Amino acid sequence: MEAPEGGGVIDFLGEVGAWLGDPANWTGRSGVPNRLWEHVAVAGVALVVAGIVALPTGVALGHRGRGGVLAVSAVNIGRAIPSFGIVGIAFPITLALGLSPLGYWATLVALVALALPPMFVNAYTGVGQTDPALVEAARGMGMTERQVLTGVELPLALPVIMAGIRTAAVEVVATATLGAVVGFGGLGRFIIDGFAQRKFEEVFVGGVAVALLAIVTETTLGWVQRRTDHTRPPRNGRVPQPLDVDDVIDAVPVG
Amino acid sequence: MSIDWAWIGSHFDDMWAATTEHLTLTFIAVSLGLVVAMALSLVALRWRSTYGPITWFTGILYTIPSLALFTFFIPFFGLSLITAQIALVSYTLLILIRNIVAGIDGVPDAVIESARGMGMTERGVFLGVQVPLAMPVIIAGIRIATVSTIGLVTVTSLIGQGGYGVFILRGIRRQFLTETLVGTLLSVALAVVADLLLVALERRVTPWRRRREAV
Repeated sequence: MEAPEGGGVIDFLGEVGAWLGDPANWTGRSGVPNRLWEHVAVAGVALVVAGIVALPTGVALGHRGRGGVLAVSAVNIGRAIPSFGIVGIAFPITLALGLSPLGYWATLVALVALALPPMFVNAYTGVGQTDPALVEAARGMGMTERQVLTGVELPLALPVIMAGIRTAAVEVVATATLGAVVGFGGLGRFIIDGFAQRKFEEVFVGGVAVALLAIVTETTLGWVQRRTDHTRPPRNGRVPQPLDVDDVIDAVPVG
Repeated sequence: MSIDWAWIGSHFDDMWAATTEHLTLTFIAVSLGLVVAMALSLVALRWRSTYGPITWFTGILYTIPSLALFTFFIPFFGLSLITAQIALVSYTLLILIRNIVAGIDGVPDAVIESARGMGMTERGVFLGVQVPLAMPVIIAGIRIATVSTIGLVTVTSLIGQGGYGVFILRGIRRQFLTETLVGTLLSVALAVVADLLLVALERRVTPWRRRREAV
């Protein structure tokens, strides 16, 4: 397949402009607002479901200091499994379960599966890595286990937990795009339908919209994450931090 | 919804061909990524103030979903290997640059001073002391980049490239779970094998670590 007809980049941008100027692309089921809503809604539901499962589990295991092997496996497996494959596998499973609408459920199941590892691992590591001296001091002051958890461990772990939620959110927003391959709506529809009809200006608009949504998600949640971090000195310069293979998931390439 | 073993048995040739394609796409992306990342890391190490902007920009590239990044280059290069590689290479940069710079930075000052004291040139210190000592951290970055790239290559089937993604895509289109599952599991297996090979490489290039462990 060749580059779009008409050749020049200027012509192409003209086609993009015409697409954007067409009111038909801004209303109804296949308009930009509805596709954006579908995209954000499925990502939001997936994050809430995954959070309800992964965060309490991670916090509880981190507090007791158990399940380290599970955490490391979750990091490595999470990185090695292609999200496109998860979407593909979720598709026939939801088909067999008779869930409807099919594309929505297949996408949701895949997104929940993707969001679980970063949320669990960061909750586990964040709570588990609390300075033991602080925990001992809290216990020595007569705090109950519950108070140690809610008064010491959770506040200190909050930035790490938020980093996990941010990573999961960016990954979920990115992969929701692939939902279009299994018949879901969302912004990915423009890309997949554009391919099918050789309307590359539509593909391009879809790509830009998805990219902007991912960047806005990353930036907003990054800001929230920094707001939760009261332990970090302000403006600590740019000290490069290496990533390790068994590292807390702070950034994962997406969809 | 069951596994079609007969299909698997009769498609080993296809799997082997897909493995070659998948490995080639991954190898090109990580190699080119390493070259670009090394150049940018040298810039960041030489002029410190560029580290922030470089990681900021590569961080944005990293955030953009792969399917979206592919679409940006289709107007210029069509559904081609170049389009796929621009995106794949982009994703490796942040990880590699962070680890190269952090690895070089992590070499203790005392070691560098000793090397200078022995009369080594700046170039000699960099290539003979700093880079070898940074190897474990750099290879950790290459491991993450490689494993991530192997997963991302599956998406390139959507823009007409080969590899395991073709199985996943065909499986979805024909509603044939076996084919999708084979594509996914082969991708995971390739990632695990590649990771183990890189661990072996790390042990080879850092013989002093092994000796220390043995004592």
